[in-house]
Amino acid sequence: MSGESTYQPNNGFTKWMDTRLPLLRLAHDSFVDYPTPKNLNYWWTFGGILTFCLVTQIITGIILAMHYTPHVDHAFNSVEHIMRNVNHGWLIRYIHANGASMFFLAVYIHIFRGMYYGSYKAPREVLWILGVIIYLLMMAAAFMGYVLPWGQMSLWGATVITNLFGAIPLVGDSIATWLWGGFSVDNPTLNRFFSLHYLIPFLIFGVVILHIWALHVPGNNNPVGISVKSEQDTVPFHPYYTVKDGFALVVFMILFSYFVFFAPNVLGHADNYIPANPLVTPAHIVPEWYLLPFYAILRAVPDKLGGVIAMVGAIFILFVLPWLDTSKIRSARYRPLFKQFFLIFVVNCLVLGYLGAMPAEGVYITLARICTIYYFAHFLIILPLLGLVEKPREIPESISASILPETAASPAE
Amino acid sequence: MNRLSALVFSALLTAGLFITGAEAAGDAKHPEAIDWSFKGLFGTYDRDSLRRGYKVYTEVCASCHSMNQLRFRNLSQPGGPEFTAPEVKAIAADFTVEDGPDDYGDMFDRPGLPKDGFVNPFPNVQAARAANGGAYPPDLSLITKARSGGPDYIYALLTGYEDPPAGMKMRDGLYYNPYMAGGKIAMAAPLLEELVEYTDGSAASVEQMSYDVVTFLNWAAEPELEERKQTGFMVLIYLTVFAGLLFFSMRRIWADKH
Repeated sequence: MSGESTYQPNNGFTKWMDTRLPLLRLAHDSFVDYPTPKNLNYWWTFGGILTFCLVTQIITGIILAMHYTPHVDHAFNSVEHIMRNVNHGWLIRYIHANGASMFFLAVYIHIFRGMYYGSYKAPREVLWILGVIIYLLMMAAAFMGYVLPWGQMSLWGATVITNLFGAIPLVGDSIATWLWGGFSVDNPTLNRFFSLHYLIPFLIFGVVILHIWALHVPGNNNPVGISVKSEQDTVPFHPYYTVKDGFALVVFMILFSYFVFFAPNVLGHADNYIPANPLVTPAHIVPEWYLLPFYAILRAVPDKLGGVIAMVGAIFILFVLPWLDTSKIRSARYRPLFKQFFLIFVVNCLVLGYLGAMPAEGVYITLARICTIYYFAHFLIILPLLGLVEKPREIPESISASILPETAASPAE
Repeated sequence: MNRLSALVFSALLTAGLFITGAEAAGDAKHPEAIDWSFKGLFGTYDRDSLRRGYKVYTEVCASCHSMNQLRFRNLSQPGGPEFTAPEVKAIAADFTVEDGPDDYGDMFDRPGLPKDGFVNPFPNVQAARAANGGAYPPDLSLITKARSGGPDYIYALLTGYEDPPAGMKMRDGLYYNPYMAGGKIAMAAPLLEELVEYTDGSAASVEQMSYDVVTFLNWAAEPELEERKQTGFMVLIYLTVFAGLLFFSMRRIWADKH
């Protein structure tokens, strides 16, 4: 895909610059003339939406950090100070808090899209792995960010998660103490979480650059999953996809705005408006909605260490997904069986999320166990077997042929 | 594929709402939804209700509950009870505030000023507990956001006191309220008919006082609510028009490719 550059510097300055640091050439080749399959649907707009989410979180976060105090005695009040006294502070904080949820909503759609259309398969394995790294970093950033307001859920969520490190044999307790900077989640923990919460988005930004680089080497996958064969299959990124991504982004912003302005606390937990109190444990400690499926997996295993291994494994299994799927066909459009199993997998993830919000008892725990087993079976049994037994549907000649079959039939025109 | 996409997308969208809604369940009675003036896309606070609610708070709740996030000046800001500046000065001056140290190193008392915070009924948590049979009356600044069910829950709690069911043993100093998790609450029913004398002629029924004080508490927790909803409405209009323009630009740009 990375063919000849078509960039033409058109004035003295850009010519001078081009022979020294060809930044504009890079931008032109990456976002203007970049040849993109012409059949991308709206599921492909979430990459751009995610970039928007990251930038929004960084900008609002920098402003929030100007007014926030990472100290157990002041954190809660400094957040309320932002809400009440800082000009438009409520807007900035609500964008940041709901922005995290929107970021995860978009990333889950982006990940499921990659799974449905086989975007992780050769030659895009590195692209996929970089994506999983971004997702991991996002979870770390979101978790630490949730601790900063120092409400009840901040403290107790942090306690539950950091205690998991205690499950590691021999060195677990020492690691937990080292993470806390003391013997429980306290001021040193809050302070370092703030520092790391500020650092991680910039790490994400770096990996995003690698992610885009790894995308632009093989080029985009597309809904039919076959590689670009000729120029007829592609359109330049600008204006075709800038306008399509732009449209999708604005529609996404409408949803985002609805939450920010009309339901800013619906996605949060009421207990986080109670200042953190180490002497009072909330009745149900639950993480934010986007971490619930993993929380369900953690609690489904009766053994603490086993639960931690299952939870971590549930994420890390994504790294080897390209090698677990034995089918050479990328797109689920041509994989009738995989299509069904994909849908079951998505529903299974949603059910796990629901179970993560329920108390870990009775029927919920039984269901969580079944769903956890299914989650792993999808990757370890179903995907490897499907590639061997499934009879794929007929795949079109080319991307153009898949869109306009009649022109493919009469190429003379 | 399109139907499948739509299904997955809507499922993902609702997942968050569904999940956060689901965890609110418990053994307590579910509060009824009240038709608050501040509900909905165009909701605003009823000024008269806010002012009456402030009166209920100062005359009843404030004897035990603090409101640490509020300052007297907030009472005159737009979107709140909107007392006039002289009214707020007079309200603040009714309270005594400790200030200092002065040039001799001594603390001194002075009348409150609009910049001062609401005055705490107790000097510290221990004193509050000691005076309330060991239970700490929570700060009310954020109470409607800090309880699942929000204003509906607080209203249900204030109006929901009843006799304990037969067989339930109540320790001294605990009262039965079916909306409280566990059914037992350390606060006696705080509102009685005509407890507060409304100056605007409204009848001070328990329901009216509860409605007013919860409106006030909701404002205290979300003083930005009116500005937020008004801004949000403009933002939604702007984005919808913008999306429309982009949609037609897209159709035009893509016209030769389809």
